[in-house]
Amino acid sequence: MALSGVEIFKLLPKTNCKECGVPTCLAFAMKLAAKQASLDQCPYASDEAKKVLGAAAEPPIRVVTIGTGDNAVKMGDEVVLFRHDKKFFNPTAIALAVNDDDANIDAKVAAVKNSVIERVGQFLRVNAITVIDKSGDAAKFAAVVAKVVAADIPVILHTKNAAVAEAGVKSAAGKKPMIYAADESNAEAMAGVAKAGGASLAITAKGLDALTALSEKVKGLGVDDIVLDSGARTAKEMIHDYTMIRRAAAKKNFKPLGYPVIGFACRDNAQAETAITAVGIMKYASLVVVNSIEKWQNIALFTLRQNIFTDPQVPMQVEEKIYKIGEPDANSPLMITTNFSLTYFIVAGEVENSKVPCWLAIMNNEGLSVLTAWAAGKFTAGNIAKFINEIGADKVVGHKELIIPGYVSVLSGSLEDKLGGGWKVVVGPREANQLPAFLKQKVAA
Amino acid sequence: MAFVVPKETYSGKIYEVTIGKGDKAVTVGGENTLPFLTFEGEVPNRPAIAYEIQDIAPDDWPATVANVYKEVSSNPVTWAKFCQDTLGAKAIALRLIGTHPDRGDASPEAAAKVVADVLAAISVPLIILGSNHIEKDGPVLKAAAEAAKDSGAVLGKAQQENYKTIVAAAAANNLRLVCMSQLDVNLAKQLNILTTQMGFDKEKILMDPMSSALGYGIEYTYSVMERIRLAALQTNDPMMQTPMIADIGANVWKAKETAADIAEWGDVAQRGITWEATTGVSMLLAGAELLVMRHPEAVAVVERTIDELMQ
Repeated sequence: MALSGVEIFKLLPKTNCKECGVPTCLAFAMKLAAKQASLDQCPYASDEAKKVLGAAAEPPIRVVTIGTGDNAVKMGDEVVLFRHDKKFFNPTAIALAVNDDDANIDAKVAAVKNSVIERVGQFLRVNAITVIDKSGDAAKFAAVVAKVVAADIPVILHTKNAAVAEAGVKSAAGKKPMIYAADESNAEAMAGVAKAGGASLAITAKGLDALTALSEKVKGLGVDDIVLDSGARTAKEMIHDYTMIRRAAAKKNFKPLGYPVIGFACRDNAQAETAITAVGIMKYASLVVVNSIEKWQNIALFTLRQNIFTDPQVPMQVEEKIYKIGEPDANSPLMITTNFSLTYFIVAGEVENSKVPCWLAIMNNEGLSVLTAWAAGKFTAGNIAKFINEIGADKVVGHKELIIPGYVSVLSGSLEDKLGGGWKVVVGPREANQLPAFLKQKVAA
Repeated sequence: MAFVVPKETYSGKIYEVTIGKGDKAVTVGGENTLPFLTFEGEVPNRPAIAYEIQDIAPDDWPATVANVYKEVSSNPVTWAKFCQDTLGAKAIALRLIGTHPDRGDASPEAAAKVVADVLAAISVPLIILGSNHIEKDGPVLKAAAEAAKDSGAVLGKAQQENYKTIVAAAAANNLRLVCMSQLDVNLAKQLNILTTQMGFDKEKILMDPMSSALGYGIEYTYSVMERIRLAALQTNDPMMQTPMIADIGANVWKAKETAADIAEWGDVAQRGITWEATTGVSMLLAGAELLVMRHPEAVAVVERTIDELMQ
C-alpha cells in the first residue's frame, strides 16, 4: 500500500542534511513517494523507516509464478477493484483439469499445447494443466506430470497426499509447479514439500476466517508463494469471496489474504462452465480450473480476458498494413481508416457483410479512432499521402482511387493534392454500417 | 490477524421499475449494493431477459439464431407467441427494424398496428424498440406509444438528437422509457436530466449506455456501466440511479465469431451461443438489470448463471 509523501516524511530524520542529494527531508520524502528515489540514499534512515517503507513497497497482492520461460503463468500484483481505476495486470490463467488415470492424457496435453489463437496481435492460450491425483499412485501421478512438463506447460499438482505431491514436484523439478493444496490437516507436510521443491502452494479452507488462519500458519512454516482457495464453487460464492479477498488485500493491505486466488469453474455442461469461468475472469480470480477446453469456449474466454485486462488508458491497436477483405483483385476498391482495433473490426465486419471484396489500408494512428486521430493532427492529408505512397498501394491496386471515412471528408481536396500522380479521393460514409449500401452501389456503378 | 469482512456501505439505491401489467409484470432494480453483493446490501429483484423479435423476418441473422425462428419469424405475432408460450420468455422486445428507410421504410401507422397486434397476443411485458434511425424513430415511436397506451410497455430508444418526441410520447401514454447515450458516463446522466426536465418520472427510465459485443468494445460498456453504478450508489446521484438495459443480441450476432465457419475457432453454433451468453453475463456483472437477447440457449445459460448468483 503506497504511502504519501507526508507519511514518509514523518519517518525521516528531519535534519535536512542534504546528504541524499535533495535539499530537504520533505523534498526527499516526496521523491520517495513518487518512486523517484530510494531510501538507501539516506544514511540516517532508522530501522523502523526501513521496515515500514519496505512493507509499503511490496505489492498488496504477491506475485506468484507457475512454470518457467515464455509460457509461465504470472499471477497477482493487482492493485484495484475496478479496471477503470488503473488496470488489471495479469490476465486470469485457464487450467485444464486432467485425472492421472485418464486414458486420453496425451490428447489433452496436445489440446492445451495447440490451444493458441492469435487475436489483435496477441497469442492467447490455455495456460496450464492441473493433474489430479485420482489413482492414489505416486508413480502414476509423477509420470503424467512428466508429460505435462515435457510439453512445456505449467503444471498444478492436485493432491491432498504429501507423498504424491513430493513425487510430482520431483517430476517437475526446476519447473516451478504449484501444489494444490494444503489444508488444515496436511499443512506442515505440504509446506515442507513445497519449500524443498521450489513449488508454490495453494491453500484451501472453507470461508475466509479459516483461510486467513491457514495462510498465516503456512507463511509461518516458511512458504512465501501462496495461492488462495476459499472453497468458493458457485458463482455467488466466487463473487462474494473474491471481492472480499481483493478488498482486504488492495484496500486494507491485509497480508494474510494478499495472494492470488484460484477458482474452480468445473461444470458438466460446457456452456455453463464457460459462463462461470467468465465470472472468474471478471471478478478477481487469478487462475480458473476447467473441465473442457473446446475451441469455441477458448475463443470466447480468451477474448473476454483480453478485453477485461486491456489497459483502459491505451487503446487496442491492429497492425499497420493493407488488409484483404474477401478475395480482392487489382480492380477492387481501396479504403483507408485508422488502426484503433474497434475501428478496424467494425469496418472490416461491415465490408465482409457487403460481400464486396476490398483492400482495407490500416494506418497507424496510435490506436485512435478516425475523428480523434484527425482532431489530434495525426490523420491528416500529408500523413495519409505519405503512408499510401510508402506502403505501395499503387502496386496493390491497378486503379488510383482511395475511399476515405466520411468523417474526414474535409481532407479530400488536400489529400488529392498531396497524393498527386492522378489519385482520386472518394468520400465514403460516416458510419461503418452504411458501408454495405455504399460498396454495393459503388461496384454496381 | 483476524479477518474482518470488508463491507462497504452505499448511500444510494437503484429505482425499481416495473414493466408490463398484471401477474406477468416484471420488476427490475431496487439494489443498494454492487451487482450480486448480497453480503452487504439488498438485491430484491432478479435481472430479467427479454427475447428480441422483429416486425419483419430478419435477413441478417446468422443461421444459428435465424433457424430457431424460421417457422415463426415471418409474422411478429406468431414469433412473439412462440417466444412466450414455447420458449417461456418473461418479456419480449419488438424491434421495428422494418421502419428503417433502408429496410422497407414501413409507415408509423403500420408499425403501430404491429405493436397493437403483438400486445394483444401476449401477456408478458413488451419492450418497443425503433430502428435506430434518428429521424424516423420519432414518428414511429410516437405512433407505437399510442398503440401501447397504459400497457406498461417500455418505449425506446430516446437519444440526445431525438429524445423530445419520444419522451413526450412515453409520458402521454404512461409508458416506461429507454434513454440511450453513447458510451459516456456524463452523456448518460445528461440525457436523464434532459428527460426528467420534460417532466418525465425518473423512476420510469431505463438507461442504455450503449451495448457492445464480446471482442467488439465490451470493455468500454463494462467500465462505463461500472462507473455509472458506482456514481449511483457511492455518490447517491439521483440521475444515475435508473436501472440499466443492455441490448446485446443485435451486436453479438453481427460479430464474425457468431457466423463464420472457421475450424480453428470450433463449432460455429456453440460459439455463437457462448458469444451471446458471455456478453450477457458480462453486462450483468457490470450492473445491467435487463438484457435483450436472441438465442434461447444463450438465454438459458445466462438464466442458469443468474440462478447461481442469486442463490
